[in-house]
Amino acid sequence: MNKGAALSTAEPKGASRWALRMHSLLIYVFFYAPIVVLVVYSFNDAQLVGDWRGFSLGWYEAFLDNDNIQESIWISVKVCVASTVISVVLGTMAALSLERFRWWGQKAFDAVLYLPIIIPDVTMAVMMLAFFNETSQLLNLIPGVDLSSGLEKLVFAHVAFNISFVSVVVRARLANLDATMEEAASDLYANRWQTFRRVTLPQIMPGIIGGALLAITLSLDDVVVSSFVASVGGTPISVYVFGLARKGVTPLINAVSVVMLSASMLLILASLGFQRATQFAREEK
Amino acid sequence: MKRVATPGLETQAVKEKARQGFLIGLPSIVYLIIFFIIPLGYVIAYSFATRSRSGRTELRDWNVDAYVRLGEDVVQAVAWRSLWIAALTTVICLLLAYPLAFYISTRRPVIRNLLLVGIMIPFWSNFLIRTYAWRVLLSSDGLFTKVVEGLGLGDGRILFTRPAVILGLVYGYLPFMVLPLYASIDRIDWSLVEGARDLYASGWKAFRRIVWPLSRPGVIAGSILVFVPSFGAYVTPAILGGNKESLMGSYIVDQFMDARNGPLGSSLSVLVLGVMLIGTMIYFRQGGRNL
Repeated sequence: MNKGAALSTAEPKGASRWALRMHSLLIYVFFYAPIVVLVVYSFNDAQLVGDWRGFSLGWYEAFLDNDNIQESIWISVKVCVASTVISVVLGTMAALSLERFRWWGQKAFDAVLYLPIIIPDVTMAVMMLAFFNETSQLLNLIPGVDLSSGLEKLVFAHVAFNISFVSVVVRARLANLDATMEEAASDLYANRWQTFRRVTLPQIMPGIIGGALLAITLSLDDVVVSSFVASVGGTPISVYVFGLARKGVTPLINAVSVVMLSASMLLILASLGFQRATQFAREEK
Repeated sequence: MKRVATPGLETQAVKEKARQGFLIGLPSIVYLIIFFIIPLGYVIAYSFATRSRSGRTELRDWNVDAYVRLGEDVVQAVAWRSLWIAALTTVICLLLAYPLAFYISTRRPVIRNLLLVGIMIPFWSNFLIRTYAWRVLLSSDGLFTKVVEGLGLGDGRILFTRPAVILGLVYGYLPFMVLPLYASIDRIDWSLVEGARDLYASGWKAFRRIVWPLSRPGVIAGSILVFVPSFGAYVTPAILGGNKESLMGSYIVDQFMDARNGPLGSSLSVLVLGVMLIGTMIYFRQGGRNL
């Protein structure tokens, strides 16, 4: 599509063009400068954050030596793996069901599936608190479930919001695929499972991976819901850091923060990469 | 489309397919009923429940006391303050994001995609740490404070004040405004603007009469995406705000953690949900799903 000619008329000229450019540049500075400052300070060889005493990896060593932090990272990883696996399976099935089939009550399901995305964290957290208060005795009766450690509660809560995010990403991929491939497979006597396994699944894989990476990030980064649900001694890293960050700034939190933010950004970048494959597929079409 | 000679068989096949679709969706439906709808029901039930002397919420003696308490001065002050701060955050985000979204959508595809990734990274990445970064900048010997004072712009120590909270909210939610705005501006047919200019409309007039009205769905979607989470914000005020001015999110958390007043915390949560539902309804009415 050639919209260049029309675009050039739409673009302001002269001073306002320059102002627009400066404004946009400043916003990107606004987005990234605080992060750069945080990274720089995390290498500061000083007890106090404010004064610069030279480059040091000391706070990263302190971070590696800190048992509490190691333990909460381990909790986060366990919760994240379990909740991602469950939400990817459920979210993909939900996406297939909504995108490839028509059934009674589908609209209501679709609407409910959007709620966990838009609901404010605090409300979701309160919901989980009330729910586990009232039902933990009942849930404990399920074989293999023991809510006392808090890990299962975290997994249950994270899956509750991640199903929605995974299904949105996978649906975007499904919507861009040509359903005729699937129809061709079934015309050639493939049954539904074979069609899914051999035709649909390989094609939606980038969407599934993109959704999984997003679920990992959201699980690792969640603070509010987790802090309502976690038990004493079972705090994930984000909740642990939140507790410290409320009290004040220390170089140790800076180092932990940089590690967490880097992980978060890399995962998102990877997720966007896989989702981008989706977009290219659409543009080719 | 498959062609089937017998209509009876065809309706049967459609029914069979609908049943399969439902069965594939069923695990998530069951999951969301247990871990989302029922919890929602409990919050609503809590808001009508009784608080025992020990601070436990007991599901008996149903009453509307927690809703009556929403009229109290303390609660009203928190609600209006949150509403005002959320509104202000939304307006600032809109003013900052609109020119940026316009700039991005008028770039070449390669640059445009790079600029968009630059917005999506803060959109999705760790909110807590991004907020914490501002605490580092705003602390009394932080860079922000030093720069503001160095430039002679007055007292730079704004940590634990309302401006700090608004700054944190704008920083946190600005990407939520940029992306829907970009999506709607990008869809504008620029030849309309060209036509207007050919008919001697000034650049400003062409913007006001064509670009702005056509981008309104994005303005509304972005405003809701910023307003709703700002209204219920908890992390930002906890890290950048002082303890003098409670906001809705932190006030709700206090009800559960410190005051041990489950019913009031729940009725406040229902209020936040109400704000969210109104926002969502406007959002979908504007065709927000396409954004």
